[in-house]
Amino acid sequence: MAKRIDVNALNVYYSKFLAVEDISINIEPKSVTAFIGPSGCGKSTFLRTLNRMHEVIPGGRVEGEVLLDGDDLYGPGVDPVTVRSQIGMVFQRPNPFPTMSIKDNVLAGVKLNGKKISRSDADSLVEKSLRGANLWNEVKDRLDKPGSGLSGGQQQRLCIARTIAVKPDVILMDEPCSALDPISTLAIEDLINELKSDYTVVIVTHNMQQAARVSDKTAFFNIAGTGKPGKLIEYNDTAAIFSNPEQKATEDYVSGRFG
Amino acid sequence: MSVMTSNKHSATPTPPSRKRNSLSKGKLPRWAVPATAAGAIIIGAALSTLTGFSVATFAIYSAVLFVIAATVITSVVEGKRQGRNAMWTYLIYGSFLLALIPLASVLYTVLEKGLPGMSSHFLFTSMNGVTGAVDNQTVADGAPVLGGAYHALMGTLLITLWATVISVPVGMLTAIYLVEYGKNGPLSKAITFFVDVMTGIPSIVAGLFAAAFFGLILGPNARMGIVAAVALSVLMIPTVVRSTEEMLKIVPNELREAAYALGVRRWRTILKVVIPTAISGIASGVTLAIARVIGETAPILVTAGIASQINTNVFANWMSTLPTFIYYQILTPTSPTNIDPSVQRAWAAALLLILMVMALNLGARLIASLFAPKKGR
Amino acid sequence: MTTNALKSKSSTSGQAGDKIFSGTALAAGVLILVTLFAVAIFLLIQALPTFVADPADISGGEGFFAYIWPIVIGTVIAAAIALLIATPIGIGVALFISHFAPRKVAGPLGYVIDLLAAIPSVIYGAWGYMVLAPALVPIFEWLAANLGFIPIFAGPASQTGKTMFTAGIVLAVMVLPIITSLSREIFLQTPKLHEEAALALGATRWEMITMSVIPFARPGIISAVMLGLGRALGETMAVALVLSTGNLIPSLIKSGNQTIAAEIALNFPEAFGLRLAELIAAGLVLFLITLIVNMIARGIIARHKEFSGAN
Repeated sequence: MAKRIDVNALNVYYSKFLAVEDISINIEPKSVTAFIGPSGCGKSTFLRTLNRMHEVIPGGRVEGEVLLDGDDLYGPGVDPVTVRSQIGMVFQRPNPFPTMSIKDNVLAGVKLNGKKISRSDADSLVEKSLRGANLWNEVKDRLDKPGSGLSGGQQQRLCIARTIAVKPDVILMDEPCSALDPISTLAIEDLINELKSDYTVVIVTHNMQQAARVSDKTAFFNIAGTGKPGKLIEYNDTAAIFSNPEQKATEDYVSGRFG
Repeated sequence: MSVMTSNKHSATPTPPSRKRNSLSKGKLPRWAVPATAAGAIIIGAALSTLTGFSVATFAIYSAVLFVIAATVITSVVEGKRQGRNAMWTYLIYGSFLLALIPLASVLYTVLEKGLPGMSSHFLFTSMNGVTGAVDNQTVADGAPVLGGAYHALMGTLLITLWATVISVPVGMLTAIYLVEYGKNGPLSKAITFFVDVMTGIPSIVAGLFAAAFFGLILGPNARMGIVAAVALSVLMIPTVVRSTEEMLKIVPNELREAAYALGVRRWRTILKVVIPTAISGIASGVTLAIARVIGETAPILVTAGIASQINTNVFANWMSTLPTFIYYQILTPTSPTNIDPSVQRAWAAALLLILMVMALNLGARLIASLFAPKKGR
Repeated sequence: MTTNALKSKSSTSGQAGDKIFSGTALAAGVLILVTLFAVAIFLLIQALPTFVADPADISGGEGFFAYIWPIVIGTVIAAAIALLIATPIGIGVALFISHFAPRKVAGPLGYVIDLLAAIPSVIYGAWGYMVLAPALVPIFEWLAANLGFIPIFAGPASQTGKTMFTAGIVLAVMVLPIITSLSREIFLQTPKLHEEAALALGATRWEMITMSVIPFARPGIISAVMLGLGRALGETMAVALVLSTGNLIPSLIKSGNQTIAAEIALNFPEAFGLRLAELIAAGLVLFLITLIVNMIARGIIARHKEFSGAN
């Protein structure tokens, strides 16, 4: 559980367009790392390269290495499906499967791959995952109801439960709170704090206060202009980024002067 | 809608308490249009009577008179622009009423002529042994009509079933290829193009396709149920591809990504997430496709021949279907001298066929609304 | 990186499933292409004897062209009558449903019109044969008596009513729902802003329709009519049952004329040898005609789609 990620000189492309250039970053296990930066700076694109979701988009490809505890995700013969079952992802908008019950949503990662699982194992996995996502008490009486009947914040926690049910090493979150109200956001942030004890968490956020509240380290991304590639400007302890940034651009951004 | 109706003079709300509103100046009073209509009907009836009364001339005279009179009156009172508006409004209402006439007439005819022939004898008996002499005897005796459409009903069900069995997998898989794998490459463009070509194939040509194809393989006059099923598939596949494609496209990409991010393989994502989400739309599309081909006549004529006895083997011998049964009963009545029994059988079969088609259409709507996702189970 | 943990865990069975599934989907798509291609070849082979045979052996005795052109003209005439009737009424009905009928009844009314499309063609044929044709006899007589100087209404009128004009009306009823449902869709897509802009200028409802709805929908209407044309050209049963066939004549209210589709349907069951080849060749001609018409219609739709994206 909880592996480290090391990225070496990664370029990310959409067909011929270089979207993110030359990223090298080391993400520690059992920590929360936040990616911040203005819209279009490539932070979400970069996040998606960390579990090979980027290549789902037609034309999406990368150059460079992403190492999960030393194993290259993009090495020859590596199956993206294996990568994704070890590095889970939570999306911007909660996306429970509409045809499935809450319980089936949690078990989706297990069941959809056709793995056999006994009833008691399934029940305990559902309870464990939902407890892990701080959702168990709210839904334990309606596990057979459709997941789309939950509130937005509950749906997002259901998606997190679904992600941790496949027992990943790393959880990526792409602006998980941007579609949620403040109270649901708070619940998710509390959950992120708890997840850190078992998983490596990487979160992209637009909200600098959120980055300051939940993360141990923060990476600031920026672009020089439209059509230029996004770059990693500064990566440091969150406290340092927000109180004492080394770069002028970082200081401008965190102090709200642009973006 | 309220914005649109506000300039329709007859609907101008005039509170009874205020007799005169400056905004309603120069408008026709509310009773003007019904009064014009009444006048047009009276004069129309008179004109029609002069030339030998018939419902058709009465309706035509009244309608024409009403449109002209209402246009002229509106033009004079409210102005030329309102007059034009009134004229086109009545013409558009008229075109709708006109379009209802054939629908009503067809449905009335089918019910009126079809119900007397509808019986369990008709449903469960074939035409085997029912010859012109039998029909002549029936008419002479005034006895109930013998012979039925059981063989044609079986033929329709079997041929449609086989066409569905062929078309649904091919059509669905093609749509899956186009949406999930094709990525707009040259091959998927070619497939899309030829599916479009298939959509426009006249049904008789589809029949010729199948006939020519099997004719070369099995020799001329290779007519049997399966050939007809192939012909119907040619008509059905493009419909299935189109509707499945459309339904797959509206499945949000987020669901696919959610499954991929859980480490679910693509084919399982498609089978277990994408298709279940789209299944109600696909099922209703398939049902509509069945409704479309179940009434096809021309391709059956050239591929399955005609039979008067029951044949439940689609791989040998000629077969009848309800549409070809209707066609031949009308065009070549069993007894050329006493056509009434044949006509009765034809309309009873037409009623049966329409009921099946309507049931399929309603079924498609029900499937689409009942099994729509989100509502849960 | 020889000891990549990610590699060893990858389950080969799952990858095989992916390959099998995508391969099957691909095969289905290719099957459609191969079938169409094969079928075109088979049709050509089957039709070939017509083109190499002695012209005297072809029906009519003057070769394939002399055989086919009267029925091509007949096909076009039938379709033209159908469109002349169905286009204005179809557009009127579509406008009625999209802009005139109260919103609550508009949906069900649209469904009623769709029912017209659901009725099998043979039933329309039977209706035309038994109900419409006799009902039209007095009208044909009137036309022959009063407008007989126009060649298309030259008498004496058919006493059964089984004429090209009747067939055209039945075809009109059959293509009406196609024109209606496609134009209705386009009318409903008219940007509300354009409509409201017209109304806010004080336009009447009809002026609003001519100012904003019709210009927006024109390409859609054209392609709807073209698709209706494609259907009318290829429709078999209405003509086979309703028309009392014969040689090509100008009068639409006498027995006579023939269409390709009906020619095939009426003669195919008894055809063999060269006659069969002739009919298959006629089918090819029909296929080409409808193909061109449909292509033009789809071309218009496709071009329209690119522009409507801006709205």
